[in-house]
Amino acid sequence: MTWRYVELLAIGAAVTAGVSIVAILLGLGLGVLVCSASLARSGAVRAAGRLYISFFRGSPLLVQLLMIYYLLPAAGINVPSLVAAVLGLALCTAAYQAENLRGGFLSVAPGLIEAAQMLGMAPWRILLRIRLPIALRLTLPAVLNEAIMILKASSLVSVVGVEELTRSAQNLATSTYRPIPIYAAAGAFYLILNRLLAGGGGVLRRMLG
Amino acid sequence: MKFDVGLILSWIPAALAGLEITIAVWLAGGLCALALGFGVAAARRFGGALVDRALTLYVALIRDTPFLIQLFLLYYGGPFVGLELEPYQAGLIGLTVYGSAYFAEIIRAGFEAVPVGHQEAAICAGLTRAQMVRRILLPEMALLVLPPVVNMQILLLKETAVLSIVTVPELTMTLTSLGSEHFAFAEALSLLAGLYWVLVEVTGALGRFAERRLARLSFAA
Repeated sequence: MTWRYVELLAIGAAVTAGVSIVAILLGLGLGVLVCSASLARSGAVRAAGRLYISFFRGSPLLVQLLMIYYLLPAAGINVPSLVAAVLGLALCTAAYQAENLRGGFLSVAPGLIEAAQMLGMAPWRILLRIRLPIALRLTLPAVLNEAIMILKASSLVSVVGVEELTRSAQNLATSTYRPIPIYAAAGAFYLILNRLLAGGGGVLRRMLG
Repeated sequence: MKFDVGLILSWIPAALAGLEITIAVWLAGGLCALALGFGVAAARRFGGALVDRALTLYVALIRDTPFLIQLFLLYYGGPFVGLELEPYQAGLIGLTVYGSAYFAEIIRAGFEAVPVGHQEAAICAGLTRAQMVRRILLPEMALLVLPPVVNMQILLLKETAVLSIVTVPELTMTLTSLGSEHFAFAEALSLLAGLYWVLVEVTGALGRFAERRLARLSFAA
């Protein structure tokens, strides 16, 4: 296990961190939309929201990634595998985040929303300034937990050809023929990234709290 | 983009064979994981401080690393330490170890959620400690952990798709290879996602049914 290998794994870890952070933020934004849809007054919108949540929670992430990777080009949309990977992770995590946020949105006091309406705030503004901060504060532990799940699940994007931590480890393990130290080191990198993410979550909790 | 329904119909026998392996490896791995997780939680509760600390580290290491990395370590690293595993053996052990850490946390939380008053009342009423554990602590804990346990089993069912990467011939591997053979990914992946979706929804419905039945039993007793 020479320094050179650690360096290559660190580059992979940086890609993993980047892919995960973009997917987590994009997924959270999309999750807010899906959650709002699943709580909407219109029956059709509500059904669409529920269907989205049910499908993305009901099939494996690996299958969803393969669908995006193979089906987008078949439909004439050519995207780099990195974009497909981020999109796949974000679409999947949005369904879980929508479920996480649901309880939070439901427990926002109706009086607060009525007061905001009386003041003439636009609906999107009420969502961003009142409902979302309250819902997020109430559901932060579950939201952070899902962020950590996505960081780990990002190892699956190695299958669609993104050169991230798991893929780098695979390449190194095959070329050096020493899988145990390489995969153990990759595991250690994931552990460090998780700890950093959890630490960032703690800061966020204090800011919101 | 064309979509060939006839092709999907012709794949159904092969898909069902793959589904059978998925279900078999999931049930075996999920039950072993639950048993090991229960053992870990019980050892942490009753085994003293040193055991508790060692097992806390075990749970943290498993929960903070991806399943795929654990699987690679087991399947590709195993032979270097004299552990030559068939793909399905690696899959079963991997699923058991991975799931056990999550089940251990669920069951630990379950133990902690049983009101201490119930346990003290049982001792005061003359039950021995062993009787109290068997008649009060374990049944109450089981009722509390049922929903998260079912949830985790559903997560493990979806994780079995990852076993295709180490060539376990389960549902995902079966249908993706059929898809590339016929160059018909839309058909293969739709069938694949559909079958998992049905399996997950059915399992969720069974879990909710069991919850209702158990809740009624516990109040009737």
